Order: sequence, then structure tokens, then C-alpha cells
Amino acid sequence: MVSFILRRLGIMVLTALCLTFIVFWLTNLFPNLEKLAKTQGNFRMSDEAVLTYLGNNGYLQPLPVKYGQWLGVLPGYVIAGTDGEMRARCATGGQDIADAARFCGILQGNWGYSTVFRDDAGSIIATRLGLTGKLMFWVMLLMVPGALIIGVMAGMNEGSRTDRSLSTVSILSTATPEYVSGVVFIAVFGTATFGMQWFKGTATAAMDDANFENFFLPVLTIALYGMGYIARMTRASMTEVMTAQYIRTARLKGVAFSQIVLRHALRNALIAPFTVIMLQFPFLLNGVVIVETLFNYKGFGWTLVQAASNNDIELLLGVSIVSVFVVLTTQLISDIGYVFLNPRIRIA
Amino acid sequence: MDPLTWTGGLGAFLNPALAITAALGGIVLVVQTGLRMGSAAVTLQSNPDGTLQGRGGVLGALDTALIYLVWALVALLLAYIVVPLVMPYGSAGILGEITRRLLPVWIALVATFALSIRFKRRLGLYGKLFDSTVGMIGFALVMFWVYVAAFVGVFDMIVTHDYLRQVSGLKNALPGVMVPDGTQGVIPHYLLGGDNLARDIFSRVMAGSVFVIAIAPLATIFAFMVGITLGLPAGYYGGKFDTALSFAANLILAFPVILLFYLLVTPEIVQTGIPSYMAAFLFAFPLIFIGVLINTRYYTQPAKRNAIILPVLGILGWLYLSAINASGTVIDFLPAWADLFDISVLVVFVSVVFVNAPTVFRIVRGLTLDLRTRDYVAAAQTRGEGAWYIMLWEILPNARGPLIVDFCLRIGYTTILLGTLGFFGLGLSSESPDWGTTINEGRKLLLIYIHPALPPAMALLSLVLGLNLLADGLREESLKD
Repeated sequence: MVSFILRRLGIMVLTALCLTFIVFWLTNLFPNLEKLAKTQGNFRMSDEAVLTYLGNNGYLQPLPVKYGQWLGVLPGYVIAGTDGEMRARCATGGQDIADAARFCGILQGNWGYSTVFRDDAGSIIATRLGLTGKLMFWVMLLMVPGALIIGVMAGMNEGSRTDRSLSTVSILSTATPEYVSGVVFIAVFGTATFGMQWFKGTATAAMDDANFENFFLPVLTIALYGMGYIARMTRASMTEVMTAQYIRTARLKGVAFSQIVLRHALRNALIAPFTVIMLQFPFLLNGVVIVETLFNYKGFGWTLVQAASNNDIELLLGVSIVSVFVVLTTQLISDIGYVFLNPRIRIA
Repeated sequence: MDPLTWTGGLGAFLNPALAITAALGGIVLVVQTGLRMGSAAVTLQSNPDGTLQGRGGVLGALDTALIYLVWALVALLLAYIVVPLVMPYGSAGILGEITRRLLPVWIALVATFALSIRFKRRLGLYGKLFDSTVGMIGFALVMFWVYVAAFVGVFDMIVTHDYLRQVSGLKNALPGVMVPDGTQGVIPHYLLGGDNLARDIFSRVMAGSVFVIAIAPLATIFAFMVGITLGLPAGYYGGKFDTALSFAANLILAFPVILLFYLLVTPEIVQTGIPSYMAAFLFAFPLIFIGVLINTRYYTQPAKRNAIILPVLGILGWLYLSAINASGTVIDFLPAWADLFDISVLVVFVSVVFVNAPTVFRIVRGLTLDLRTRDYVAAAQTRGEGAWYIMLWEILPNARGPLIVDFCLRIGYTTILLGTLGFFGLGLSSESPDWGTTINEGRKLLLIYIHPALPPAMALLSLVLGLNLLADGLREESLKD
């Protein structure tokens, strides 16, 4: 088990390095750097001025070197600028170059500086992640029990009318992307057109003071898209368990149907959905980006959009690290959890 | 002429009828569900004389009543579509005019269903689809949009106004509004109102279907070609090749899709030419796939093989070169006369293929891992068939069931991805009538005007729902053999 986890951790670190390198490479392509120089300086900069700016700020070093510096395994650059000023990667905010640390990358906890928000990228990500965490907590609280109940109810009597109607509902919910359901929910429940203005159409106020009125629609919108998928997986696993021999034995013994479902079937039926729920995180991340944009909830997804559309390199890198980390960790937990939950799988 | 109401003269009779039927149906359903809670589940009873009997008593009566009510509901809904066709212009309201505009689609749909159901026993898996209600509903929804796209894109029928034309005074105008004199298109009304730039929403939604129907299946086919061409050998050979490819696939899958889109689909990246190189790489796979497919089949008859493979690869190669070659990008070497077409949304197309291919790869690899241990594979190996022959002509046909189902689902997912791109304004011009862009335009004023955003949202929902139902129906029917 330990060696399995270690091997998975190794692959995870390798994946994370590859992914961040790809993001680093894509954000550091020359046209992107040129755009960055022009937004930092002015839009009518000459090509020479752009090159000077980039050279002075260490952007023209070879890509692996820049990546190493950003990661914190290579010492940060110290460059004598063409204007005679010394600039060092690690000396920010008027710090003396001699006092500055040699290494300053992600590993040292230095997430860089956001050019859009004019703030430390690490602290921005921490705050925004907190807001999104709040959103995700409620999404999970709504989505997981909802999906499991729908899936179990549909799966315990395969082919019944309950099964058919619940399956249709789950297909409908998987077929509705967030930007469709969000728009429909806002139109129906956020405006007075249909006489059902029960909720707020924006969630900006929910960042400080979340309540049912301003937070329910975004939570529901994200939860609904994932719910159908998990419910279908639960249903499939439940129908499979319900045809198993030990369920038949229990029925022949005369155990009540509700007891069979709750005591015998449920535990075994919930192994597969656990993996699915964990693997839903990458998709939930998409949902978060769309819903936060739609409801103007300034969390992690909103930050991603801002960073990406304004080519805020360091913030974007930070955001991608966090999202890649979330995705890979959930994959790891899903694998380990599966082994723990399913006694039929043994890993030496 | 006056602005149109929703249902016009037709509604005076049909609306109350629909409301009453729906209410009755709802009451019966609730009562019946309540009654069933207490009683045992009985479906059919066999009588001593050998006949079968349905459920009797109150529950049975309610069952029958519910079936009749559902049919009445369907008939009423059909009336909304059929009756306006024989009414004069404007008297059947907005809905009536919409169904009248869609007349060619209805005819094509009815013809498709009539022919398919008539000959369903001879049509293989496609025919079996017509045994499942869910599958038929899904197929109808999908074909509806396919026909709309065909009639709009090829014959320029259905749309009522130029979808780019702005008519002053109709900014955010409500559905059914009159168009000022001199600016009217085919009809003098904006059926679904005007959008933020005073363009006809109905025409935009209908024109948007062309984009989705043209791109989504094609991108999915390309993703499948890439996934199959790499997934078969990965599963068949295993080993280091498999490890490397699986790692790469997992790498792409671990990327949040939206981040990937934001990184790939920006003007700056297009300037560097990365999408063009990716297109050159990804579009090569269909060529390889088809080339290997033909070669393995006719390997033993070189003359016949050459006669088939050379023209096919010649045409495909030309198409490939025209597809990746676009003036003003890094790949621009073909003379203008040889460049058949430019794909204006190349970057969108490439990124959608790129995102979908790893998932297909994983599915194909998994299926191959399972199928390669079968006896018919061993038999082919004993006969001395080549590895690619076994993969393409022994394993792939036997993996078709899950692949066809996934294909339908994946077109739906691609539609969602295209909508996402439009929603974030990535890679598509803001004038583009595709549904994602239109939803994005409409959502900005959603709290004031809801009518510009809802029609494209509903259109996208119905297409994706149709594809999901179709996949479900196909899965059910293919499991029955």
C-alpha cells in the first residue's frame, strides 16, 4: 500500500511539473510577453523598447532557466538593466538586492506578483480560493446526497416508473451545461417575468454575506450538472448490486425490501460512485468558472478568467498550479479510497 | 398589422384545453402514485384460463386514464404544430408562425420516421433504435436540428431576416414585434424579438445551428480517429508505448478545460502558429487511419490496393493540405488555386479535437485491452495476420457498440464545449450567431430582458438532450443482442 501511494505520488509530481511547464511555456511565448510589456509600459512602445523592458525584467532568459527560477530550484536572476539599474527577481518592493534571497520561487512560497490586481498573487489566490471553497462546500452538500438518493431510488427497482422518470431527470441534468441552466434559473427565479422572483440573479453580495436568497441559484446551477452523472453511475452500480446472489438470498430469507436496500445493497453500491464523485472535481472546476462569471461571484474561477484574459502570467501560473493540484489530489484520493472501500482489490 | 401574440387565435381554444389536460394528468399521477405506495406492485396477472389480465380496480382505471391523458396531451401539442399550417399569416401567433417557418423540417422529419419505421427490420442497429421510445425522442430532437441546419445552411430557408442586420428601434424588442416598413425580411415580424443589437433572435438561433451541426460531429470524428489510431496499438502492444501515451493522455485530461482553452485560443497564441502545427499533427491521423485501414484489407492484392489507396489518399491529402494551409498563418505554402478552403474557426476546431481525443484514447485502449485476449484474436494471430489487421479488422468492429454510444454522447459534450468557447468569447467573432456567443450576449442584460438569452439556451439544451437520449436508446438496444 505504501509503495502504491508513493508511486502514485511520484507520478503526480511528474504530472504537475509537466503541466506547469506547459502553462509556463504557453504564457511565456513571445507574443504574450510583448502584450505584457505593452500593458505594463504603454501600448505604443516600439519593438526595441519592448525588448529592453523584457530583457531588463528577466523575461528573455532561456525558458528552462526561467522555469527553474519560477519554481525556485535555480537562483533568481540579477540583471544590470540597460538603464543602469540593477534588478533582481527576488528583490521586490524596493528591497536591497544584497539582502534579497537567492532563491525565490513557488517552492519558497513566492507566488509572484499579479499585474492585473497589483497585489501578491499568493494572497489573491488564497482569498479567492476561500470564496470558492464556500461555494463548493454547499455544492457538495447539495449534489452528493441528492445524486445518491436519486441514483439509489432509481436503481433499486430497475425498469419501474420511478426508475424511468428519475433516469430521464438525470439525463436532462447532464445535458444542461451550467451556462444554460444558470441563464434559465436567472430568467425564471431572478426576474419578475414569470412571477417567481424568489432569488437574486447575482451572487456578488454572497461573497461577504451568503444567504439562501443570493447563494442558492449558483450552488444549484453547479450541483445540477454533476448530479445527473453521479446519479446515473449510482443507478448503474445499484442495479448491478440488486441482481447479486446475496440480495436474492436476503429476499428469499424474507427480509423486508427497505432493509435489503439499506443494510445489504447500499454499502456495496456506493463504492463506484465514490470514485466518480472524486473524479467530478475537474468538471466542477469548469462549472465554477462558468457560474462565477455568470453570477459575478468573484472567486477562484472568476480570477482564472481575469488572469487568463489579461495575460497576468504569474497569477495564471498560480491558478493553474492550484487547479492541477486539486485535480491530481482528487485522483489520488479516488484511487486510494477505492482500494480501501473495495475489499476485492488488494495491492501488494 | 399588429404585433403577434404567443398563440394568436389558436390559443383561444388550445390553451385552455392544454391546461385542463395537463392539470388532470397531474392530479391522476399524484393520486396514482399515492395509491401505489400502499399496494403491491402488480403488472400482469395470469388467469387460470391462460389469459393475461392487466391491473384492475381503481389503480387500473387510473393507469388507463393516465395513458389516455398523455396521448391527449401529445395530440394537443401536435395540434399546435399542425393547425397553424392551414391558417392565414399572423392568426396563429408567434408559435404558429414558427411552426410554419419550420414546415420543411417537419416534412423531412415525418418522412425520415415513416421510412425508418417501415424498414426498421432491415436497418440493423439504426432500425432497432425505433423500438425504444427514448431513442426515438432523442433521434427526433437531433434530426430536428440537423434538418434545420441543412435547410438554413444549404437552402437558406427557415430564417426570416438577415441574422446580422440591425434594425433601428428594435433593440431588445419583445417577441412578436412589428418590423418598420422597408426593413422587413421574409415576414414583417421579429418572431422572438430583437437582441441587444436589434437583430432578429429567431433567425440568429436558427443560423447558429449550422455552426454547431457542422463543427461538433466533424470534430468528434477527428477526435475518434486520433483516439482510435493511438488507442488500438497502446492497448494491443502495451509496454512502454502504452505507458508514454497514457501518461500524455492523463496529462491533457488533468488540465482544466477552460484553462486550456484560454491558453490555446487567444490571438497571441494564434500568432505563434501553435494551433496550425497542432492542426497539422491532429489532422494527419484520419489520413493514417484510412491509409492503414485500406492497406491491411487489400495487403494481399497489391494491384487492387494501389488502385484504391492512391486516389483515396490523394484526395484526402489534398483536403488535408487545404485544411491546414491558411494564408496569413505559419503554414502558408500552397498556391491560392490549390487551397480549396480556409477554416475560419480552425483554432476552435483544433482545441475541441485536442480536448476530446485523450478520452477517446482511454476508452479505445481499455476496450482493446479487454478484446485482445479473445479467441478470434488468437485465431487471427495463428493465421499469421499482421498486427494492424487484427487491430482494425478484428478488434475495432467488435468494440463498435460502446464506441457508437460514446460517439453520440461525445457530440453532445463537444456541443457543450463549443458553447463554452462562445460563452467566454474565445475564438469566435462576437457577431457569430452560434449559441454560446448568443447566450453570452444575452446574459449581460439578463436581469432586464430575458428573451434574447433563452432561445439559444433552449436550442442548445434540446440538441444535447437529444444526443444523450439517443445514446441511451442505442445503449439499451445494443445491450439487447
